[in-house]
Amino acid sequence: MKYVKLIVCMMMLSFMGMPAMAASEEGGKLNTSEIVVEHIKDSYAWHVTTVGDKAIVIDLPVIVRSSTGWHIFSTARFAEESDVKGYRMGPDNLAIATQGDNAGKIVELQNGVEVRPFDISITKTVAVMMINVVVLLCCILIPARWYRRHKASDPAPGGFTGFIELIIDYVEENIIKPGIGNGYEKYSPYLLTCFFFILTNNLMGIIPFPPGGGNVTGNITITFFLALCTFIVTQVSGTKHYWKDIFWPEVPLPLKVFPLIPLIEFVSIFTKPFALMIRLFANMLAGHMIAMVLFGLIFIFGAVNIYFGFTISIVSILLAVFMSILELLVAFIQAFVFTMLSALFLGMAVTEHN
Amino acid sequence: MTTLFIILEVAGMALAKIGAAIGSSIIVLGASYGISKIGATALESMARQPESAGDIRSSMVISAALIEGVSFFAIIICALVILL
Repeated sequence: MKYVKLIVCMMMLSFMGMPAMAASEEGGKLNTSEIVVEHIKDSYAWHVTTVGDKAIVIDLPVIVRSSTGWHIFSTARFAEESDVKGYRMGPDNLAIATQGDNAGKIVELQNGVEVRPFDISITKTVAVMMINVVVLLCCILIPARWYRRHKASDPAPGGFTGFIELIIDYVEENIIKPGIGNGYEKYSPYLLTCFFFILTNNLMGIIPFPPGGGNVTGNITITFFLALCTFIVTQVSGTKHYWKDIFWPEVPLPLKVFPLIPLIEFVSIFTKPFALMIRLFANMLAGHMIAMVLFGLIFIFGAVNIYFGFTISIVSILLAVFMSILELLVAFIQAFVFTMLSALFLGMAVTEHN
Repeated sequence: MTTLFIILEVAGMALAKIGAAIGSSIIVLGASYGISKIGATALESMARQPESAGDIRSSMVISAALIEGVSFFAIIICALVILL
């Protein structure tokens, strides 16, 4: 029993050489930027890993409305390789283009002309987001049952419910109450949802194997929608005082007549959610890219010389562990900052007096 | 004169990449200077008044995240210059 620690450490050290051995079988030139970008971009099939020659891929459904009606089928029906004209052919005149404007997307070939159909397929990002939503719902709704079954005067819950209550309480005391002030209960559900959605997606993105490992919050359309929600909630709940402060602020008259301050204030309504969107997107994207590049270092060096690969794998794994710890911290901080800024914007829109 | 213009035209792509790379190093300089100032004053004030160390620590983290957000704007522009 007392040798367990020693044995585990020895096993982990011996595993450090394995990635280099895997790299040596590849040979040839390695296109790292392509590999890194492929792990981060959205795609129609979920490529899990490549064991030797065979790629393990989870084929996701394609849901497309082309000129011939609705088509729902699996990605496996697209050809593996692209044909002479650069299309991976599939059924019903649909193909995945590999070059040009629509590279990587499904197009419909109408007499040789590319047309983008109405495409609501389940892509990798969508599938990962659905899995993360199921995880999130389990984490929140199962503890919520405890509160329905107990009265307010019972002692506090322990275990998982207590843990979730700890986080929710922290968010509410330190972010929502100071941000909004009076009447914060109305906006608590939205802000808590924001926080937990971003936190769950960030954390699941750090795990390297399925069901995690998808780049959800590093996708600008998802962060765009989150920022849009904050924008809509802020504008809809803005009081008359809020709008008056934007278009007719209490500043000396010359600045009001030539509408400098009102114009600046009006533009800032849009730039604040825009900054929210870019901050979250860039932080998550940078974290994922750095992790991929550090792991890819092993393969780059391994392609040059197998022994280089062994040596560099130790350094690379240490660096990757450090980067993962940093990514954990960044995941929490980004969720915190997004929710805090949303609470502040809501608070500015909702305050009665000044 | 026209030779100069032709050479500049051809070198346009490479010049853009040099510009983007130098731009991103300037961004790192600016962001790290700003965050280091925050860190220094936060440590100083935590040493002066240890009871409010928790509050100061959270404010420091939040301000650092906001400054990082601004620097990411500029990083995205540099990345767009290189890729497009």
